[in-house]
Amino acid sequence: MTRLRDVSVDVVVIGGGPAGIAAATRASEAGKRVLVLDEAPHLGGQIWRHLSRASLPTRAQRWLDRFDRSGAEGLTETSVVDLQDSLVLGVRWNEHVRVRAPHVVIATGARELLLPFPGWTLPNVMGVGGVQALVKSGASVAGKRVALAGAGPLVLPVAAALARAGARLVVVADRTPASRVLRFAASLAGKPGELWQGMRYRASFAGTRYRWGTRVISAAGDSRVQAATFAAGGRTWTEPVDLLGAAAGLVPNTELARLAGCEVREGVVVVDELQKTSRTGVWCAGEPTGVGGVDLALLEGEVTGLDAAGQPVPRSLLVARDAGRAYARRLDEAFRLDAVEIPAPDTIVCRCEDVPGSAFDKSWTMRQAKLYTRAGMGPCQGRVCGAALHAMFGWAPDSVRSPVVPTPVASLISTLESPDATT
Amino acid sequence: MARTLSILVDGRLLDVSEGITVAAALLNAGEDAFRDSVSGRPRGPVCGMGICFECRVTIDGVRGRRACLERVSPGMRVTTRD
Repeated sequence: MTRLRDVSVDVVVIGGGPAGIAAATRASEAGKRVLVLDEAPHLGGQIWRHLSRASLPTRAQRWLDRFDRSGAEGLTETSVVDLQDSLVLGVRWNEHVRVRAPHVVIATGARELLLPFPGWTLPNVMGVGGVQALVKSGASVAGKRVALAGAGPLVLPVAAALARAGARLVVVADRTPASRVLRFAASLAGKPGELWQGMRYRASFAGTRYRWGTRVISAAGDSRVQAATFAAGGRTWTEPVDLLGAAAGLVPNTELARLAGCEVREGVVVVDELQKTSRTGVWCAGEPTGVGGVDLALLEGEVTGLDAAGQPVPRSLLVARDAGRAYARRLDEAFRLDAVEIPAPDTIVCRCEDVPGSAFDKSWTMRQAKLYTRAGMGPCQGRVCGAALHAMFGWAPDSVRSPVVPTPVASLISTLESPDATT
Repeated sequence: MARTLSILVDGRLLDVSEGITVAAALLNAGEDAFRDSVSGRPRGPVCGMGICFECRVTIDGVRGRRACLERVSPGMRVTTRD
């Protein structure tokens, strides 16, 4: 049985992370009717993922409380599968929610760039943020030997959180060369806050060295990961592990923006001074406009919420947002991904369809890869292998089609019927 | 201390903490093969946030549910490698 519900609001926000929460709160405080849609069991996104709100940092609690007081509504466990003009279609178990709103805010966050290496498909090999998300969702890592091999500012806080959760950190590695990070750190001299925070994270897993210029090259095990091999400079070595978190940074989630016809350039959604996309009535805030972290996401969200509600945006907010963007660009430059290694030919690249690297010809396009090998045709719709193949061969992503999340055909048919129909 | 509830995983009764996800519950019980890939190899959670679809299991008879996005509920029936 599939139920279809029709909802009309002034502003619909897709994604309940910091950007979406800030946008929704500001718009609702300005008197607009606001609905936030999110896939997770709680609002908060990845950075504020939680089992109980009391466990969150003060700022996160303040924002979520302010969101509640604003009167904005949140609909969790809802996947947005289609977005056309002012119509957003969400799927929630056996219910379908068709939201009509003249103002649409895309705040879909980012995912990890997961690069293939031999053994990466073994159970208990995850993303760096993937390990973090599962721990925040109640998975225990106490006493487990965990290795992290990532890139960028996510690795340090994840390592700290794992140490607090009782994990035995055997390796904490970042593929970024030390020289580039040192230059960046030196440029932060005027920002003691960030340095202090970095040192505090460092202190909480004292005893485990943070290894720059180091990456994972393979994982091994029978039916689950048992060991991981790392490379730094010319040296390689192997460590026994129970859990491996491996990623190469973050990729903005631009699928819905592209489906809506918003201009996307070099992987990020193009927005103007007030976070408006190239499509009238569609705003974008947070990581899809360029990965920049929670501070910038909140500022972009605030600007978006005010503007979508037709309110003037204070100059000070725009100045803070611009400063945040400038910082994010420097961070991005410091941790940019150099040319990535192509894994051994028999390494699986598309995990949904088990397509090995040897199946691809680097002169192809992503469309050709899909047609010839089925890569990117599985349930993840190329979100994992598409980003990896882009990093490996420079292939641009293929066009996006609805539904952007696998949806039973019966449920799509139900959306064609009259409102409030029960099939 | 969080309250516990019972779920049934592949016919085995598990006491799990209220509020956690199905993925967390399975991992805590030592179940790390959630599904078999198209060529029959075991797979478990990777992204933890609903992107990769590697953690999909059958929940209360509905196939293809992402274990990382579903919270446990009393009496929930989970089937792995389905």
